[in-house]
Amino acid sequence: MDFFDEFPDLGRSALRDIKKAIDASFKGFSREYGELLEAFFYPLLKFMIWFEKLLINTPWPIILMVVGGLAWVGSRNIKLAVGSVLAFVIIGMFGMWEDTMATLAIISVATIVCIGVGIPFGILMARSDRIQAIITPVLDVMQTIPSFVYLIPVVMLLGIGKVPGLLAVCIYAIPPIVRLTNLGIRLVDADVMEASTAFGANYKQRLWGVQVPLALPNIFAGVNQTIMMALAMVVIASMIGVKGLGVPVLRAISNQYLALGLMNGLAIVALAIIFDRVSQQYGKRLQKHREGGHGV
Amino acid sequence: MSKKSASDIKVSIKNLYKIFGSDPASVLDKAKDGMSKADLLDQHGHVLGLKDVNIDIKARGIQVIMGLSGSGKSTLIRHINRLIEPTSGEIIIDGEDVLAMSEEDLLEFRRFKASMVFQKFGLLPHRTVEDNAAYGLTIQGLDKAEAIEKSSYWVKRVGLAGFENHYPAQLSGGMQQRVGLARALATDADILLMDEAFSALDPLIRTDMQDVLLDLQKELHKTIIFITHDLDEALRIGDDIAILRDGAVIQQGTPQEIVLNPADDYVRDFIKDINRARVLEVSSVMQDTKPRSGAKVDKNMVVEEALQIATANDNKPLIVTEDGKAVGSVTLEAMISAIARPEKDSERNPEYR
Repeated sequence: MDFFDEFPDLGRSALRDIKKAIDASFKGFSREYGELLEAFFYPLLKFMIWFEKLLINTPWPIILMVVGGLAWVGSRNIKLAVGSVLAFVIIGMFGMWEDTMATLAIISVATIVCIGVGIPFGILMARSDRIQAIITPVLDVMQTIPSFVYLIPVVMLLGIGKVPGLLAVCIYAIPPIVRLTNLGIRLVDADVMEASTAFGANYKQRLWGVQVPLALPNIFAGVNQTIMMALAMVVIASMIGVKGLGVPVLRAISNQYLALGLMNGLAIVALAIIFDRVSQQYGKRLQKHREGGHGV
Repeated sequence: MSKKSASDIKVSIKNLYKIFGSDPASVLDKAKDGMSKADLLDQHGHVLGLKDVNIDIKARGIQVIMGLSGSGKSTLIRHINRLIEPTSGEIIIDGEDVLAMSEEDLLEFRRFKASMVFQKFGLLPHRTVEDNAAYGLTIQGLDKAEAIEKSSYWVKRVGLAGFENHYPAQLSGGMQQRVGLARALATDADILLMDEAFSALDPLIRTDMQDVLLDLQKELHKTIIFITHDLDEALRIGDDIAILRDGAVIQQGTPQEIVLNPADDYVRDFIKDINRARVLEVSSVMQDTKPRSGAKVDKNMVVEEALQIATANDNKPLIVTEDGKAVGSVTLEAMISAIARPEKDSERNPEYR
């Protein structure tokens, strides 16, 4: 009864050959196209370096003013604006200013990239059920596969540094915005869409005049989720050479520095809360037209 | 209300069939051979939406299409601007078959020739009243300022002056539908499609909106196709009525014809509870004799009003006039027997239902 005791696998040598073949072909691919890809991402790298330098080199009072100003513009809530500034002051006092700026830089760029890539994919997904059926499982994989697994090919292709770090963050953080853009567009009231069609609107007019504006609250929830997930990747990204708050956390793990880990961890939490609250308030304001009642 | 001059035909619906299901073309012949809706569903799993619909719609009149829910009336009106694709048939408007138009021609048609008002309003919730009213014009390609300027006239005409900057959610149902009406009128289309436009409104507001529509129609003379399930509404606003049942037209005619000569028990059932005095006109109960004296009534006056005049004149026969000239007479008895509910004819026909 040997057959039932052990699963009849392919056998050690066959498996080794398969793995070797995959590794070899990917190595071949990365030798062939690695430089090309690096050249492709070069402008992005330049931009990231420039943006990070900008944040770090700008005098801290100006950054504080900008943070407060953005929080106010986004939320129209004075408490939130003051709280954000206060959080940054505390972060600075505990000596994490530069790391925080670096993290802020990569999160911002990652968010911009995710929005720029994710929203068009979401729109595409909403356009046809077949495209949705193709993209959905890809998003599932991106969200559930352990990030260390895709760090391997990313590092093989692009080495260690800002760009592979950014890619790793984006792979993890982009699914929510794609999903929620798709969902938001699909949830647009069929009666409104029909009316728009009846007046002769073409695809573009329906998309930009009706679907996207009405999907905005959902799209915004997607942006919010994307930012949160990008922040969650900060520590893992630091493993492949991204500067920021993740680096000291990593150091704290390997050396058992409790206080260092806690401080930097809490700084990440503070950033997350500020981003979340401000963007949620902004999303709420986008829905103002839904309030009925007054003026009648 | 009725302008029964030698009207030209604006919209001609010919042999229109619509079958819902996985492969409508495969069962089209069976439907054309007269297979019933129930059989088609049982044996072939397809739903017969519209069955050989033929309606000629006069220009500048109000054509009502009425039927109960499931009769296919909303499906029918959506064929006229092709929100639903037909299975077979033609709809000729101004000499062109809408159902055969290219994608581009269809967009042009929807933008310039036919506008629509919806039961659930279909307003853009994120745009203000003035933006919504201007929507059709912006789709036509006008820039926003110009579109708003042109449509603001219609916003005022439907009685929404002062509400330009409100959002739809801030308005009552009746006011939202006024926005819908303004939006449809602003595009200056000849044809106005109204899909149960007033059905979602409460009765008082509904009558209000009917008045608004009739008032506007007096000066605009658009070709209006109006869907309703409410016979009172149909009789009130329709110049012509087509009654739909299970996707087929079972009777077409003026309100007078339908009330006086219902085609079958289904229609008879429909009209049995209406206020006949308010629908029937004097002309349909008058005699040829022309008495010398008596009060004068116009031949298009409804019986309800004529009765009042008759009782105020000692129940004497009334002189019926057309353009001021006497054309006949009508007695109190004739009017009373006309408004009495007819015999329950359906008892003669026990297999119905």
